[in-house]
Amino acid sequence: MDPRETEYAYRSLWPDPFGELNPGPAAAHNQSMRQPHTRNSGEPLLKVDGLSTEFVTGDGVVRAVNGVSFDVYPGETVSLVGESGCGKSVTALSIMRLIQSPPGRITAGKVEFEGRDLLALPEAEMRKVRGGKIGMIFQEPMTSLNPVLTIGRQITEPLELHEKLTSREATRRAVELLTMVGIPDADRRIRDYPHQLSGGQRQRVMIATAMSCNPRLLIADEATTALDVTIQAQILELMKSMTDRTGAALLIITHNLGVVARYADRVNVMYAGRVRESAPAEAVYHSTRHPYTAGLLHSVPRLDRELGSRLEPIPGEIPDPGVRIEGCAFRPRCKFAVERCATDDPPLGGVGEDHMAACWEHERVGRESGTPGALTR
Amino acid sequence: MTIHSETASTAAAATSAANTVPHLLQVKDLRVHFPVRRGLVFQRQVGAVKAVDGVSFSIKAGETLGLVGESGSGKTTIGKAIVRLVKTTSGSIRFDGQEITQLNGADLRAVRRRMGIVFQDPYGALNPRLTAGSIVGEPLIVHKLTSGKGEFLDNVAGLIETVGLNPAMMNRYPHEFSGGQRQRLGVARALAARPSLIILDEPVSALDVSIQAQVINLLQDLQERFKLAYLFIAHDLSVVRHISDRVSVMYLGKMVEIAESSRIYDNPLHPYTQALLSAVPVPDPIIERQRTRIVLRGDIPSPLSPPPGCVFHTRCPIAIEDCPLAVPEMRELEPGHTVACIRAGTAV
Repeated sequence: MDPRETEYAYRSLWPDPFGELNPGPAAAHNQSMRQPHTRNSGEPLLKVDGLSTEFVTGDGVVRAVNGVSFDVYPGETVSLVGESGCGKSVTALSIMRLIQSPPGRITAGKVEFEGRDLLALPEAEMRKVRGGKIGMIFQEPMTSLNPVLTIGRQITEPLELHEKLTSREATRRAVELLTMVGIPDADRRIRDYPHQLSGGQRQRVMIATAMSCNPRLLIADEATTALDVTIQAQILELMKSMTDRTGAALLIITHNLGVVARYADRVNVMYAGRVRESAPAEAVYHSTRHPYTAGLLHSVPRLDRELGSRLEPIPGEIPDPGVRIEGCAFRPRCKFAVERCATDDPPLGGVGEDHMAACWEHERVGRESGTPGALTR
Repeated sequence: MTIHSETASTAAAATSAANTVPHLLQVKDLRVHFPVRRGLVFQRQVGAVKAVDGVSFSIKAGETLGLVGESGSGKTTIGKAIVRLVKTTSGSIRFDGQEITQLNGADLRAVRRRMGIVFQDPYGALNPRLTAGSIVGEPLIVHKLTSGKGEFLDNVAGLIETVGLNPAMMNRYPHEFSGGQRQRLGVARALAARPSLIILDEPVSALDVSIQAQVINLLQDLQERFKLAYLFIAHDLSVVRHISDRVSVMYLGKMVEIAESSRIYDNPLHPYTQALLSAVPVPDPIIERQRTRIVLRGDIPSPLSPPPGCVFHTRCPIAIEDCPLAVPEMRELEPGHTVACIRAGTAV
């Protein structure tokens, strides 16, 4: 990559690093109207097609990801949402080729990033992609930061490796980045170790590291789940504004439907190792076509729901990924199930403009599952 | 708007009816401080973590009080102080009219029989070496509420059925249950001694969304059936609003606001409550795009050295010069709606 290109991108990040990240008292009540990103015709930045990953365990082969397909376009915020065991994290790790083998292996599919199949790259090339063109943030910042290295060292390392900066240049850049992610006294804090920072500050350091080489895609795997609500809001706003400024795409992996509604342009709902519904955020929430998505939306308590109303949980339990289910995996918990669901697994197919769902009864789901809670106010 | 005024008026009617109900639990000026010691042999006390610092509230029979706050706000410590799992430093806790902070031995056991507690982690709260039946039935033995094995087994089977599990599962061990089922066992155990108050400490936050709703509905059914009072401790404001009659908000060991659920969510008066509410995303992209967001600066200060005066002033968007000078008193700005902020009611 042309080093001047990154230099330019960084300079454009420069003015007022605290502007919306750390608003002053007057600016605190900012009324931000966020417009959803619209897909322009062009090539997707990331194209995941039929990805399958399995793990060999003592009890047999567990297929954690079973034919996942979705796209991420440049500059877009896409979300993978689902409950534990649905395969959302394994999908992210497979994209980055971070699945430990054995016991894990990617058995099928393609992961195209900027036109190249990541699954076919030699390891040396792949290493340039990780932390270079694709940055990643994990749930637990304490375990993803190295406890015996200063935070400064952890940010300068990718800069020296990928951008070939000298150590002095890298240090200067690290101070800039830490200031940008809202760590005060960055030139002093750069010598601190991870245990000297709070959970929120550690996650800020992770963002600085992930964004250091100006990636085109930032993957955030449950990045705010372990944090308190007010800190969670800070970190999400920070990730969003950092990617907005650099034009990077953001892939948010979470179980929190509220976070998805606030930040994602496009939503992919996963269940039992596969994407079951994929559409622009508004369509997923307001013209739901998959019974699992509808069930999730009806089971969460929400701030704008009428008081005294009763939650409608999805009956039954999340299936054990080690157990194969004939037909549609959601059938045992589904109130829309028909005979066909027991034998034929529905593929992810088009059900409307830019809207896909894997359900034989998607039309009935669309008619009969209203939006829970609000829109009454 | 009409819906809101309607819920407000029904809530007001419910309050006036509930006023005749006596207080089951009354907590006054509760303080729980943990000493911080230094040195190996002669441990000097060098400071104190003020986990709970002057908190007052009450719960009526059959009522649910929600306790929300972020980590380190002292909400769990309050729950533990009520069942006397931690020592209170000062203040009073009255349960059904009886002062319980100084009780010991048989008297304490008699009070504890009437309180249940459910913990957050369904994996850590159940002894892995005991069967589900002996876990659920343990309170019956401790409090000598059962005579003979046949009656014991009948009682345990009944409890397990009450929480929606199959009584035939009582010979299984905790690892054979899923997270949601384990939390149901925890609830069954809390119910065993027929308490009138159950302390629910983050009972659903470790569960997946679809399972969370099942457990919330179960808790509501049990409350109706057994006329239970709940102290519902959680950090998830959407869940707390859904289940609670009244909600109190904690920050750094202090209570900053307490009111009816409908009031605290429609008209939050404390700037911290406002920020907390605005930080919770609503699962609806159209509403989210129009909502105002208040992003607080900085982290929660250390409870070892809390800021002087109002503990929230370091992060408060509307703080003025007077805020660090004195600890704000709890003021009742609307009937039943109390706030600890000198600017509440005056600020925009």
